[in-house]
Amino acid sequence: MHPARDPAALPRFALTAVIVLLLWPGFRLTEFDLGVLFDPRNRDVMGKFLGTFFPPALSVDFLRLILKSTLETLAIATAGMTIAMAIAFPLSLLVTRSLSISRIGPGPGRWSGRAARVPARITLTFFRSIPEIVWALLFVRAVGLGPAAGVLAIGITYGGMLGKVYSEIFESGDTRPAVALLETGGGRLAAFCYGMWPVALPELVSYTVYRWECAVRASVIMGFVGAGGLGQQMELSMRMLSGGEVSTILLVFLLLVALADAVSAWLRKVTA
Amino acid sequence: MRRSHALVVILLLLAAWASFAYLALDFGQLFSVEAGSQMLKYVVSFFPPDISVDYLAQAWRGTLETIAISAIGTLLAAALGLVLALPASGRFGVVPRMIARLTLNFLRSIPELVWAALMVFAAGLGPFAGTLALALHTTGVIGRLFAETLENTPPEPAHALRFSGSRPALAFFYGTLPGVVPQFVAYSLYRWEINIRMAAILGFVGAGGLGQMLYMSLSLFQQPQAMTIILAMLGLVALVDAASAWLRQHLVD
Amino acid sequence: MSISLDEITLVHPNGTRALHGVNLDVGAGERVAVIGPSGAGKTTLLRLLATALRPTSGALKVLGGDPWQLDRGALRRLRARIGMVHQAPPIPPRQRVVTAVLAGRLGRWPLWKGLASLLYPVDIAGAHGMLARMQIADKLFERCDRLSGGQLQRVGVARVLYQQPGLILTDEPVSAVDPALSDHVIGELSREAIARGVTLVASLHAVDLALHWFPRIVGVKAGEIVFDLPPVRITDEMLRELYASESAVVPTQANEPLSMPARGIRRKPLCS
Repeated sequence: MHPARDPAALPRFALTAVIVLLLWPGFRLTEFDLGVLFDPRNRDVMGKFLGTFFPPALSVDFLRLILKSTLETLAIATAGMTIAMAIAFPLSLLVTRSLSISRIGPGPGRWSGRAARVPARITLTFFRSIPEIVWALLFVRAVGLGPAAGVLAIGITYGGMLGKVYSEIFESGDTRPAVALLETGGGRLAAFCYGMWPVALPELVSYTVYRWECAVRASVIMGFVGAGGLGQQMELSMRMLSGGEVSTILLVFLLLVALADAVSAWLRKVTA
Repeated sequence: MRRSHALVVILLLLAAWASFAYLALDFGQLFSVEAGSQMLKYVVSFFPPDISVDYLAQAWRGTLETIAISAIGTLLAAALGLVLALPASGRFGVVPRMIARLTLNFLRSIPELVWAALMVFAAGLGPFAGTLALALHTTGVIGRLFAETLENTPPEPAHALRFSGSRPALAFFYGTLPGVVPQFVAYSLYRWEINIRMAAILGFVGAGGLGQMLYMSLSLFQQPQAMTIILAMLGLVALVDAASAWLRQHLVD
Repeated sequence: MSISLDEITLVHPNGTRALHGVNLDVGAGERVAVIGPSGAGKTTLLRLLATALRPTSGALKVLGGDPWQLDRGALRRLRARIGMVHQAPPIPPRQRVVTAVLAGRLGRWPLWKGLASLLYPVDIAGAHGMLARMQIADKLFERCDRLSGGQLQRVGVARVLYQQPGLILTDEPVSAVDPALSDHVIGELSREAIARGVTLVASLHAVDLALHWFPRIVGVKAGEIVFDLPPVRITDEMLRELYASESAVVPTQANEPLSMPARGIRRKPLCS
């Protein structure tokens, strides 16, 4: 006698029902209404805007302006990463447990070790939990429009990210050389320079270069809220409904991303 | 250190110095005493955050709106991504594959925020623009991954069904799809997690959610309210991290 | 004539010659076993009959016509009447047994029915019946990747039984099934062919199964048919020569020596 019913039918149905029930308020909350897209007023604005996208603005003056903005974006990303590394290195060293002398044994100084490690860890987490664009917005309010806000925002957010990953790299590599140096009475600095640094360097470089690529993209995005560079230009062009300028900037952005990708690949190859 | 390493280090140091020089950042002014005290005043104005019942309710609504934007956006992206992934995986020939791949690349190359700014033109201010922006960008990302998964999945089950007379559509549903669904679902959920963070930010260009509330409160110099929103954002991210860690543990079957 | 091969040659795209000058006529309702060493071309022959491969030269007729002269729709209808059991059942791992079996009739079902069955199996009783004949009815709602190799092979056979084709082809369908059960499976296939009057062509690795169940044995070696005889006319000399390139002993399902009485082959009469 064959089983009358498919045992998986009820759970599947129930799960589907739950998802659909949750989606309904979701659609309401997002004011989902495809009709809006075809609303004559919106269509008008959108249509006119889209119409101006071709041809892209290629006047010499504008291209010169865009070149300046692109260089500014690259500078924001690079300067920001420099600050980020300056923040990340010391904090990550504080956080790394493999450099902890008090852990060997365990010996004295465990509590003071922890007292230094915990705030460093909290700082790093705090830095990277707030999205960089929020930092950018805050800095724009604090120090005004322009690249300074972008540099600081990247410095802080990426400092937090780099710090966390650096400490993970330090802890996951072969820690024996460093620990051996500590055990024979060497100072932390010596243990780091001779024991840990050579082992960790390739991974550190690789990750930092990847992050720089992200920083280039992030710098463009942050420009939207006034932190300088290509993004700020795009925001201005959009506000003025100059589709031609927007499409030029988009093309330049795509080229920039490709360029950053190539540079990053080259750097990682050369330092491997 | 090898010669090439030393050269690269010098290059990088030069690049760093050049960047600071190009930006001509006036660090003197930036870190001067009066700039410092101004900044301190600004930071202090954020505390205490506004925790009146009224505003907390608004923040709560903003959080739900953000979650909804990310959920609907990701759902749409999964559906559209699957549809585009079929030609992009080469099932219908070389030309459709090229066109589909180009479309997907275009969609994902443009950052979500730019899409959001564009969608505000098309759909007006508010969460709908954010939903569309996330949907468009994520379609590009998910579609490309789906296409690669489809290309790498074993073709034997579908072929066997075709050779026993099944029409191509049914051979796909019975032979190909079951093999790739787990990956699709897992990746879509992963993308949803990322999109929640994104949805919170898209509001900066007017696309709804917590981002829009934050932007407005900062523009109106309402720092305590802004602080509440920032705390809400942090809370949301922490919650999502915890939920996904829990899910990952319990779905390893 | 169910199957007609006339001087069929098949050369693979990479240049290897898989079949050479093959002549074979199989009438409707006949049961033929194909035996031979690995690489002899048994699988190629079956795939040719399944219209999965195209002959390089020669005349091919399957179920009344040349499949390669048919238009798409007619070819699909022809293929729906051909059922192939693979040595490694091509079933997606996470698919459930019931769905895998029901997929046998996709060639006959309209689109809506096929899709509906994904939501809820449309013929649980039918699938259960076929699985019962293979003695794995209890695995009806199990996931295929939770089955053993032998169980999965039996699911593959159940699928073809459910399909009810006019031509059943099997490619080493019981290689992973234990000897007692494999005897039962081949028996079921034979009973099916006799009961419905359909043609059965089975490539088998185990010679004892072939000799036991099939009134006609075709020996294939190096892409050519070396004999085409009823079991009583096959001598152990012929068998040893057939498998000489592969091993000194003739392969059987239980890996025991083939027991052959002096004059010919032991053959149990079928009481269908």
